Amino acid sequence: MPLAKRIIPCLDVDRGRVVKGVNFLNIRDAGDPVEVAKRYNEQGADEITMLDITATHEGRGTMIETVRAIAGQVFIPLTVGGGIRTVADIRAMLNAGADKIGINSAAISNPAFVREASERFGAQCIVVAIDAKRVDDHWEIFTHGGRKATGINAVEWAIRMQAYGAGELLLTSMDRDGAKSGFDLALTRAISDAVSIPVIASGGVGTLEHLAEGVNLGHADAVLAASIFHFGEFTIADAKRHMASRNIEMRR
Amino acid sequence: MSKHLLTIIDYGMGNLHSVAKALEHVAPNFQVEITADKARIAAADHVILPGVGAIRDCMAEIRAQGVDTLVRDVLASGTPFLGICVGMQALMHSSDENGGVAGLNTFPGRVHCFPKDALDVHDLPMKVPHMGWNNVYQQAEHPLWQGIESGERFYFVHSYYVEPQPAYTIGTCHYGPEFAAMVGRDNLFATQFHPEKSHTAGLQLLKNFTDWNGRL
Repeated sequence: MPLAKRIIPCLDVDRGRVVKGVNFLNIRDAGDPVEVAKRYNEQGADEITMLDITATHEGRGTMIETVRAIAGQVFIPLTVGGGIRTVADIRAMLNAGADKIGINSAAISNPAFVREASERFGAQCIVVAIDAKRVDDHWEIFTHGGRKATGINAVEWAIRMQAYGAGELLLTSMDRDGAKSGFDLALTRAISDAVSIPVIASGGVGTLEHLAEGVNLGHADAVLAASIFHFGEFTIADAKRHMASRNIEMRR
Repeated sequence: MSKHLLTIIDYGMGNLHSVAKALEHVAPNFQVEITADKARIAAADHVILPGVGAIRDCMAEIRAQGVDTLVRDVLASGTPFLGICVGMQALMHSSDENGGVAGLNTFPGRVHCFPKDALDVHDLPMKVPHMGWNNVYQQAEHPLWQGIESGERFYFVHSYYVEPQPAYTIGTCHYGPEFAAMVGRDNLFATQFHPEKSHTAGLQLLKNFTDWNGRL
């Protein structure tokens, strides 16, 4: 049997609480990160991703404590991102128990940081997060929660980040994020087919069928979602059953 | 009664904290130490050699810090020993990674890169690293398999794999080629997957390791 596709619940964390908004607005509280992570672990999540959405210097200590608490109780891979800018930031998160580190803005302002991080810690722990938006007939990289254009072509950027030593890409459609209308499948497939490293699809999941489409039509290796799981709409096990019914190889 | 001592060899490579946390969880009666201290490692009841990243850098650190000698001493002493991921690959004769790197030659196996031409379910080239949960098929009986079914999924993340040597392969996995997911002989065994990240099955395997006296 082949490698299983992965379901990754995502915890957006703001000052020690899980939150979720629509297009980065209308933030709702979704609980204590440790409790939420434990619940997903028990439901059979394949990994957990935690993003520090405020990523302030003051908030960093709280995030490290949260990572430490989760890593002591949840024994599946844990990715941590948000405000990671230096090798010291990465080391602090790894020492707290993170397995993979998401790098987003710092990769854009200083691509060599991805290479340095990959050489220092290994490609397997460097996840480059790409926030892309459709512009005319292609996709471009945006920063600052989708507000600031960079003019960088998303597919070219993905190929470049692979060359710089990314071990995996976390691809978010800024057009779809929080909209519950499904992944941007054309974007997901364009990037997944262009690189030889795994791609996690993110942004827009509103139904279980959206998850299956991400793999079958978007060619994603993993699918990430937040709100459909946070508020009890579906469990991870529901999602796995549905994806398995669409002939997707899943871990039980 | 003093606690059993389990040392995780710290040679400056990789994330050792996940391994330590998982062991503290399954074996509360063990004192778990991440250390480079030769005396502590020699005094340990159980020893773990982890490793992530590039094998060239790992082997350079292993040799620079005398871990190669330590591993041979632990092996000779009969102390139960576990290698994880690159900590398994380092035990082989040699690796193709980084243009060819000599290993510790504890096992005769060789380490290869996943082929670029293998196709996935979409008829596209298979993604490398091999990242995620894959089935491990038990090829030989071993005390470490206690309570774990053949075909159970474990978490992998690696770009290079160990060619199976039938005499030492106790578990296999397929990703394009079939490769050795777990090897063992005497008091030594090693996994390509990460038991510390493999949920219930991985924790069971680590528990079995702490219960093991190193004899088959």
